[in-house]
Amino acid sequence: MKNNISKERKEYLRKIRIRKVIILFFQLFILIGFLALWEILANKQIIDSFIMSQPSRIFDTFLNLSSNDLVKHILVTTYETIIGFLIGTILGVFIAIILWWSDYLSEIFEPYLVVLNSLPKVALGPVIIIWVGAGMPAIIVMAVAISLVVTILENLNGFLKTDKDIIKMAKTFKATKFQILTKIVIPANIGTFINSLKVNIGLSLVGVISGEFLVSKAGLGYLIVYGGQVFKLDLVMTSVIILGILAGIMYGAVLLLEKIITKTRFSN
Amino acid sequence: MNEILEVKNISKKYQGKEGEILAINNVNFSIKEGEFVSIIGPSGCGKSTLLSIISGLEEKTTGKIYIEGEEVNGISDRIGYMLQRDCLLEWRNILSNTIFGLEIKNKISKESKDYAKNLLKKYDLYDFIDKYPSELSGGMRQRVALIRTLTTKPKILLLDEAFSALDYQTRIMVTNDIYEILRKEKITVLMVTHDISEAISMSDRVLVLTKRPGTIKNIHKIDFGIENRTPINCREKPEFSKYFNTLWKELGVDEK
Repeated sequence: MKNNISKERKEYLRKIRIRKVIILFFQLFILIGFLALWEILANKQIIDSFIMSQPSRIFDTFLNLSSNDLVKHILVTTYETIIGFLIGTILGVFIAIILWWSDYLSEIFEPYLVVLNSLPKVALGPVIIIWVGAGMPAIIVMAVAISLVVTILENLNGFLKTDKDIIKMAKTFKATKFQILTKIVIPANIGTFINSLKVNIGLSLVGVISGEFLVSKAGLGYLIVYGGQVFKLDLVMTSVIILGILAGIMYGAVLLLEKIITKTRFSN
Repeated sequence: MNEILEVKNISKKYQGKEGEILAINNVNFSIKEGEFVSIIGPSGCGKSTLLSIISGLEEKTTGKIYIEGEEVNGISDRIGYMLQRDCLLEWRNILSNTIFGLEIKNKISKESKDYAKNLLKKYDLYDFIDKYPSELSGGMRQRVALIRTLTTKPKILLLDEAFSALDYQTRIMVTNDIYEILRKEKITVLMVTHDISEAISMSDRVLVLTKRPGTIKNIHKIDFGIENRTPINCREKPEFSKYFNTLWKELGVDEK
């Protein structure tokens, strides 16, 4: 193979590699530069590290994970997010299927979905707390409330946009509605489904954190609020950074799932 | 030869918010076993609607349809239907696409699968059974779509503008391929098209519909008097342009 690579091809590949290196370099440069500047400004007391915190102190907080019960808080937030994510996604897709099945129902519920979709779900916080109690259930309900309607709308939209000709083709073989659903509509919308997973994992996290802001005794959202109230900005910053990493990992997990799904899909 | 399909007094009225529209008015014709019949007509004359009604996909307002002498209502197992687009499922490989109809009808068995595989072999698609539709050319995809329809062994095949999504050159080739397959498998065909030359090149008879409400204006027998007729070789015959002119004029009067 190697002998077959032409000069132009080599040159082309080299250019691609260089481009990648340059981009990576600047990405790291921005991160490191930002942290260094922050650290230096804090050390020189140009900015107040009590209010702004500083990288070395964040790092220290991070190292003292166990004494801060950080691990416990991370686990709580992760757990709540995953549960909210699963319930929101499964329930959302299920409702979307029901609405696809009955055009009566989808027409009846359309205005409600539109209103619920534009309503800021955080506004329901107090109601949720009163209904399900101030605790983990309320946080999970909040996560579900935020992701559910979007899941329903996005999947229903995808279902309804399934190629009419393909459905017609199936009908010429006397396909039942259930066969059309399982053999055409759902497989044709795997892409839509994966997209809603990607959106949902983020939305569930938003729901969990805002839920934790309101009611919790544990979790990263709780740490952020607590840290803010007692002016432990190191704790707040550390929590925010961990939250960022957590969001990244969860998104990565969804991407992995996407890969697995596409792989198994094309190997029947 | 027996009459395999009889269409009697078919009319179709659409109910809209603005009122009723009579799309098809009192259409009568019949097709003999092994015949290839085309329906042409000005656009909007309801020719595709007529085909949908015969297939059972759409309800008729009045009239009756008989297949092999038996009245049918709704979608019949004896009818195969091919759409303008191949409608292959991108997430299934070619074999799995081919047996989709069997799968829907719960008729997957060793025999039916072998039958499908044999058809694929016969028409040079067997090497592609593990490939996905996106890896095939437009012509091959259309052949797969045809074989998908044939696996359920229909008595009559309905073609709804089945080639018009293809570019001109592919279209001529695919028309030829499909025609040969249909003749070899001895399938009776009813085709709807807006392309006069396509109708002449493939059919034994051409039905001309009037503009809306569509009704049969005339039926032309097409005969080139050649053995082993193909859509390509009959285009070279002098009769071809004669038929073309006749049909063209007949359609043209209605366009005004």
